[in-house]
Order: sequence, then C-alpha cells, then structure tokens
Amino acid sequence: MDALLNSPVLEMLKDPILYKGLWLGLVLTLEIAGLSIVLSFMFGTILGSMRYSALPVISHIATVYIEFIRNLPTLLLILVSYFVLGLPAMWAATIGLTIYTSAIIAEIIRGGLNSVPPGQWEAARSQGMSFIQSMRYVVLPPAVVKMIPAIVSQFVTVIKDSSFAMAIGAYELMFKGTILAAKYWRPSQIITIYLIISLVYFLINFAISMVARRLQTKLSIGRGSIGN
Amino acid sequence: MSGLFQNIGFLQQGPFSIPRWEALFSHLDVLGQGALVTLLVASLGLALALALGTVIGVMSTSHWKILRGIARVYVEFFQNTPLLIQVFMLYNALPMLYPQVMIPVIVIGIMGVGMYHGAYIGEVVRAGIQSIGRGQLEAALAQGFSYVGAMRYIIIPQAMRIVLPPLTNQAVNLIKNTSVIAIIAGGDLMYAGDSFAGRYGHYGPTYIVVGLGYFLMCFPLAVLTRRLEDRTKGV
Repeated sequence: MDALLNSPVLEMLKDPILYKGLWLGLVLTLEIAGLSIVLSFMFGTILGSMRYSALPVISHIATVYIEFIRNLPTLLLILVSYFVLGLPAMWAATIGLTIYTSAIIAEIIRGGLNSVPPGQWEAARSQGMSFIQSMRYVVLPPAVVKMIPAIVSQFVTVIKDSSFAMAIGAYELMFKGTILAAKYWRPSQIITIYLIISLVYFLINFAISMVARRLQTKLSIGRGSIGN
Repeated sequence: MSGLFQNIGFLQQGPFSIPRWEALFSHLDVLGQGALVTLLVASLGLALALALGTVIGVMSTSHWKILRGIARVYVEFFQNTPLLIQVFMLYNALPMLYPQVMIPVIVIGIMGVGMYHGAYIGEVVRAGIQSIGRGQLEAALAQGFSYVGAMRYIIIPQAMRIVLPPLTNQAVNLIKNTSVIAIIAGGDLMYAGDSFAGRYGHYGPTYIVVGLGYFLMCFPLAVLTRRLEDRTKGV
C-alpha cells in the first residue's frame, strides 16, 4: 500500500503543475481548432459554391485547389505556413489546418447540393419561388441534412490534427503533454500522461460525434421521401 | 527598365531563389529514399489496416454482444483520439514491454497507421456487410450454395461495390497520415524533406517537391475512388 501511495505515477498526479500545463495546452488546442473550423467553414462554403458554379473559370480554379490540397498531408501544410509563410506558430497551425479543411468542406457541400435532384430545383423555380426561396425552402434543407454528419466528423478530424502543431512548437495539448512527459521521464509516468491526454481528446471528440448523431436524427424527421 | 531588373531579384535571393533549387536538385536522392520509406510504411500499414479492419468489421456484425462491444470500443477509441498520440504511446510503451528488443521507428509507424485506419476500415466493412440483406445469404444457402460459395459468389461481389470506394479513400488518408512519423524521426518523405530544408533553410523548393511527391502517390488513388463511386452510383 505504501509503495502504491509513493509510486512515481501517483506522485506526478498530485503535482498541480501537471494539470496547469495540460489546461493551458487544452485552451490553445481549442483556440486553434475553433478558429480553423470557423475559417474553414467560410472558405469551404465559398469554394464549394465556386465549384458548383456554372462559370467554367471559377469552377476550374476551385477544382484545382480542392484536388491538389486534398492529396497533401495536413502536416506539410502546417510546416509550409510556419517556415515558408513565416507565420507565428499558433497562426501557422490555424492557417495550415484551414487550407486543408476548406478543401474537404467544399467537397462535402458540393456533394450535399448535388444530392438534391435537379427536378426539385426546377419545380421550385417553376412554382414562382425566387433563387433564395428555392435554396432556403427546397434545396438546402435536404442538402444540409446530408452534409451535417460529414461536416461534424470533419470537426473531429480538425481537433485531432491540431496535434500536428507540436511539430512547429505550438504549445497545444499534445506538445504540452510531451514537454511534461520529458519532465517526469519515467516510462510509467509518460504513459500515464499520454493516457490522460488521450482521454481529454476522446471526451471532446466523442461528445461532438454524439451531438452529430442526435442532430442528424432530429433533422431527418419529416424529411424522408414520400411514404417514408 | 531598372524596375524590371529589381523584380527578378527573387531569382537570385529569397525563399524560392535559383541557388536553393539547385541545392535541392543535387540532393534529390535524399528525398527519393524518404519516398521509398513512405511507400513501405504505407503499403505494410495498409495491409495491417485491412486485416484489422476486416476482423473489427466482422466482429461488429456478430451475434455475440461481447464481440460487438470490443469492436465498438476499439473503433471509438481510435477514431476519437489523434493518431499522433497513438504513435507516441507505441513509441514509449513498446520499449517498456520489450526492453531487450530495439524496435525500429518504421515498425511503430506501420503499427500506428495500421491500427488507426483499421478502425476506419472496420466501419467501412461493417457498413458493407450490413448493406447486403440477410435474405440474400438465406436464399443462396436454400439454393444449395455452401456458406463459402454463397459468400464468394453472392455476398462479397455485392459488398465489394459498396466497400471499395471508401476503402480507396482510406488508402489515400493512410498515405498522407504516414507523414506523422516524421515527428518521431521516421526517415520518411516528410522527415527527409523537413531535415534537409531545416539544415540549409531551403524550405520553399523542398516543400514544393515533397508536396508533389505526396500528390503523385495520392492523386491516382483519389481518381480511382471517384471512378469506383461513379460505378456504384450507376448500378
């Protein structure tokens, strides 16, 4: 019992520095991820509509961007933002994640819009609805239901991938944990720290996934096909 | 006129200047070796992910609650925590379990991406199995097919159409994600590029070439994914 109470792991768990460090890391992780999500949603919507556009030049620009960025590792984009664009670490991580996630969200939005049969659009317009009314009442509701699970699971990816920011020395949760792991050096302590961080990421991401599932069930009620 | 000559100064100096490109092209073999490591980690990692994913997928459609539970926990854990932590845990935990064995970083990379994408592939396989109605198997068995025959000729060909597009998509993500081993000095393309760029400061050209390397590995698979998706929709 005595050995357990004096074990290095327990000793570490009693140290307030551990929790303070991890808390600061978590705050930066959420800042980077939150900003990237908001920015990616904005740019992703613009890119997605550009690709959906009838003007060939505009849709080509969006296509080239999406196809190129989608096939690059997020880590590379973060490194480029830091070393080539010369941004400070936190912004380099945010911009790197945004460059990548915008391309993914653009594809999700295009897929959602494409999933609504063109007949629905034509029917809405022929009933005298304006462009905005057709979008608002006919095309967007089923499209958004299709997009939401994919967009939210992309948010989970952003939170996970924000851990790549440790490669450029941004003090987010993963990097803070690694610094603390070096401070406590014993393998059992290191594993405990990584387990704690995993749990933190897990709780956040699992909660988001649950909200996504709930939201999807709620939104799809009354939006099924006829006779469903 | 003098303005014109000032504007071409970026060829002589700056992040993308010609000397930097020359330095990079004289060391291109370093990046080539890194690309080979990336391909090795990606192919073995994909093999592991497919094996694990099939087991997890079959487990999550099992009649036994315990097997379904284990599969669920595996999938939720690996999908909701960063790959980087999983790799770091392996990096620190494996030497603890086997202190006498020196485990190469490449093996940790293969295990890391294999286990991480195994969870995603498990979900793909589960969806594929569940998409084929139970009646199909029963009908095939009633027609005198053996279980293996029914799987081979009735279930798998149909499930493959549904499973293949998301599987190739996972392969693309897996290739991109092998880049995390650069953070633990894995010797892959990203690591080779990053350490070369860091030593001489030639970040611009190096990252362009590294990016092209990943693009060349991923783009054909991305095109294949789209083709397979169109074929599935066409049915």
